[in-house]
Amino acid sequence: MMLRGGLRDGTAEDVVQDVMLAVWHKAGQFDPHRADAAGWIYGIARNRRIDMARRRPLAQPDEMPELESQEPDADQIIALQQEARHLAEALARLAPEQVEALRAAYFDDVPHSRISEMTGLPLGTIKSRIRLGLERLRHELKKIAP
Amino acid sequence: MTAIRHHIPDDMLDAYRAGTLPHAFGVVVAAHLSLCDQCRARHEAADMIGGAFLLGAEGANLRADARDRMMASLEAPAPKPPPRASGPFPSAVMNELGGRPPHWRMLGGGIRQQILTTDREGSLRLLYIPPGKAVPEHGHSGQELTLVLQGSFSDSAGAFHRGDVEVAHDEIDHQPVAGPGEPCICLAATDAPLRFRALIPRLLQPIFRI
Ligand SMILES: [Zn+2]
Repeated sequence: MMLRGGLRDGTAEDVVQDVMLAVWHKAGQFDPHRADAAGWIYGIARNRRIDMARRRPLAQPDEMPELESQEPDADQIIALQQEARHLAEALARLAPEQVEALRAAYFDDVPHSRISEMTGLPLGTIKSRIRLGLERLRHELKKIAP
Repeated sequence: MTAIRHHIPDDMLDAYRAGTLPHAFGVVVAAHLSLCDQCRARHEAADMIGGAFLLGAEGANLRADARDRMMASLEAPAPKPPPRASGPFPSAVMNELGGRPPHWRMLGGGIRQQILTTDREGSLRLLYIPPGKAVPEHGHSGQELTLVLQGSFSDSAGAFHRGDVEVAHDEIDHQPVAGPGEPCICLAATDAPLRFRALIPRLLQPIFRI
């Protein structure tokens, strides 16, 4: 695939477009009322990464039922996009070690025990950093969108 | 419908998301996520945080290496979609059943079971308990995760209805009793064979695989 390797740093829009192309057969299932595009894409990538490493594919929850109304609800879609933007802003306001703790837990999806092995920090410290990071994130989110 | 009161613990949801949970437990988590809006929201909110990092949370653009890594994982073939949910069984359970209705084995006292999968990491079974009947008393060597799919049961830890999960550890000796009304159907994952105290002598346990 052309997309692989030697990529320059891209904009958010590039990434979303590239990934939508890569998962075009699933793109019909994307519902902008229920998820922001980046989170949805991240979830697909996370599952694929796990399945490559496992003997059996990860059991998946049911697909969410289709919404009753076929009419797109612009307000709801915009509200969700705004929420995602606020989340990114709130993350940008955290202290670097909190960002790193959240990145390991929520982006790299490394089990806490592995983070502990890699960093040499006790498991309790890792967990409290992640918890603290989440609390700060919640706090910043409230300031951005009370 | 009763609201779900008993949820997947944080550590277990994290392990599911990281792909490190044994298969039997992963099926129970996926089945709970299919029934529980609250845990589904926790799960999807976590993906949303992942998505924020994907877009470059620090306000910068996404780093090329992170993007490469993600694109590489998307090149893996898509798994074939599991069968649809049917009756009380979410899609993850139907997948274990091979898309067919359960094929019960009688355990005595009207209790039925079907073993869905068993390996060194754990086993997964469906249990069918008639109203008012007790599941034979058993201690656990290890951890057990039980999800109610139909009806209800109660034990010393409380009452469990459709969608509720009970996490039991080895120190607990519990005797769940099915509630009135519909027969209770549960999905139970264990990371070690159960030690039944009654009904079937322990010697026979490997044969009956319960
Ligand atoms: Zn739940």
